[in-house]
Amino acid sequence: MKTRLVCLGAMLAALAIAAAAQNKYDPGASDTEIKVGNTNPYSGPASAYGAIGKTIDAYFRMVNDQGGINGRKVSFISYDDGYSPPKTVEMARKLVEQDQVLFLFQTLGTPSNTAIHKYMNLRKVPQLHVATGASKWNDPKNFPWTMGWQPNYQTEARIYARHILKTRPDAKIAVLYQNDDYGKDYLKGLQDGLGDKARSMIVAEASYEVSDPTVDSQIVQLQSSGANVFFNITTPKFAAQAIRKAYDIGWKPVHYLNNVSTSVGSVLTPAGLEKSAGVISSAYYKDPTDAHWANDPAMKQWQAFMKKYYPEGSLINAFSVYGYTAAATLHEVLRMCGNNLTRENVMRQAASMKGWRVETLLPGITITTSQDDFAPIQSVQLERFNGKQWELFGEVMSGN
Amino acid sequence: MSRRSLFLGALIVAACALPFLVSSYRTFQLTLVLVYAIALLGLNILTGYNGQISLGHGAFYALGAYCAAILIDKAGAPYWAVVPAAGGVCLVAGFLFGLPALRLEGLYLALATFALGVAMPQLLKYHHLEKWTGGVQGIVIAKPEAPFGIPLDADRWLYFFTLGVTLVMFVLGWNLLRGRIGRALVAIRDQHIASEAMGIHNALYKSLAFGVSAMFTGVAGALGALAVQFVAPDSFGVFLSIVFLVGIVVGGLASISGALYGALFIEFIPNIADEISKAAPWAIFGVFMIGFVYLMPTGVAGAIRVLWRRRSP
Repeated sequence: MKTRLVCLGAMLAALAIAAAAQNKYDPGASDTEIKVGNTNPYSGPASAYGAIGKTIDAYFRMVNDQGGINGRKVSFISYDDGYSPPKTVEMARKLVEQDQVLFLFQTLGTPSNTAIHKYMNLRKVPQLHVATGASKWNDPKNFPWTMGWQPNYQTEARIYARHILKTRPDAKIAVLYQNDDYGKDYLKGLQDGLGDKARSMIVAEASYEVSDPTVDSQIVQLQSSGANVFFNITTPKFAAQAIRKAYDIGWKPVHYLNNVSTSVGSVLTPAGLEKSAGVISSAYYKDPTDAHWANDPAMKQWQAFMKKYYPEGSLINAFSVYGYTAAATLHEVLRMCGNNLTRENVMRQAASMKGWRVETLLPGITITTSQDDFAPIQSVQLERFNGKQWELFGEVMSGN
Repeated sequence: MSRRSLFLGALIVAACALPFLVSSYRTFQLTLVLVYAIALLGLNILTGYNGQISLGHGAFYALGAYCAAILIDKAGAPYWAVVPAAGGVCLVAGFLFGLPALRLEGLYLALATFALGVAMPQLLKYHHLEKWTGGVQGIVIAKPEAPFGIPLDADRWLYFFTLGVTLVMFVLGWNLLRGRIGRALVAIRDQHIASEAMGIHNALYKSLAFGVSAMFTGVAGALGALAVQFVAPDSFGVFLSIVFLVGIVVGGLASISGALYGALFIEFIPNIADEISKAAPWAIFGVFMIGFVYLMPTGVAGAIRVLWRRRSP
């Protein structure tokens, strides 16, 4: 009897050791904790985006209250970088070298992420699901430790191009774009999407600088080209000016507006709601102001989450839906990692999501990645402004 | 006097030992402290010693940083050569900016330099310059490695390189300010009519002060670019200029060592403030600033000087 017990004990011990051996960790992970780093602009000119970092923090407080992920608590360490790239470098180094996080998640801003792009890849620390729409984050060959999340600007523009080709094969397109990498990304996407027809269909291009006071003269110039489709690649202030000016001079093209400037409050209201009627744009997650989702269970859940864990946040702030959705994606990645919390495995799992979705995304939009596709969300749904609110129409379209 | 040189020697030994005692992230932060110290010394020459207020020194810092980045990225220049080059460019730019600025006094000069600071990020985005500046995307540069097989990692090597440049710049500043030129600058600050009567060429000295000050700041900008390995217009907002001014006031106006204290303040206090409160980091920063100015009205350097005198009768 005694020998048997000893045998059993030995076997159990061996099993336990084997199980323990399967728990693989890199710095920042342990049996009880996963450390996740982040930088956000909590101060400075872009501080409105800070709501994203705060929402993610609240999300992981909720997850920890519910017992964590595979029994581990998530410590979300987020620092203010004031949207200043040198500060992002400093904070990213602090997170990686001093706080010893497992990886960075949702670091925000194109210039900020550019500043740490090389560093993260040299260090082989994941720069996961960055919060910017530039297309360069999907480059697994050269930067295997960096991954985007939201649909990138080129994807979105390709989708508009497809819609134009389908609905108006005879379109004459005028483009207004901001003269920087963001504007050029969109323009390239449009050209790629139109393919061979890009040369004949795009009849006019005008650009503006962020420092310009208005875009009125550009609109007049574009109207005179005789275009019947207008692709408006502008940030909020200029989007409002462009919508208003086009309406005032009696130019009535089919108007595509980039997703960056779809805010009813800060773009369409200043432009004039009736003047904005008919504008087409796109979306990929549920808008908290859209009456259509008033009784949606996922949005109800989101509201309950907001009230309990982020009460100082706003229930009409789309950034909080964004943050919640992104955090839910990471939740799934970490769940998939199981007990193998190495940096390599985090990237591997993040790159093997197959048609996964979180219910705050629009119906039909899913997250799919692979070893050579680091662009998680690649589809959007078109929406049209009816003079009061955005109305989704058509099917979910993918940019590939 | 010998006590002071003993103290300086100890400080240099400590500065050399420090990177081996702390993590490479801390080493990086210390490098930034040295970089800011050079920039603050530059601003102190202009504002502290010569009494000309500049709210636009971030622009010269940006100019130095971009000079370095463009020379490395486009011309393939070695990193050690770009630092004096950036200093030279900023010397000329500062001198030229100083000429029209001569006609402006006090607050008006502050406004003119403020305009420079505000304009700089937008000028860097200007699309005809994009070929060199990289537009909003900026320029990514590689980190210099230690030469001759010296067994130091890139962070430590850059720290020692920066330390060397800092020592050179401080000796330069010390020689400049302790002598005839320094006294002339102070005389102009305190009583410009009397200084003119003493035979000081006010206009020349004021423009020179501008040029030299810009040169120091430009050298700091170049070293900052090497440390951060990235330059972009968003890195050099007008806030940077204001932080520099905060640095010299907190550190101690018209004090060489004050630049070092000011640099420690602007590097570490924002991080401490952020750790205390995520919601209002700048409010905490403000409290620190008011506390420092209230407790040490002549800056940290001034307070230390007073303590020093009390202890040595």
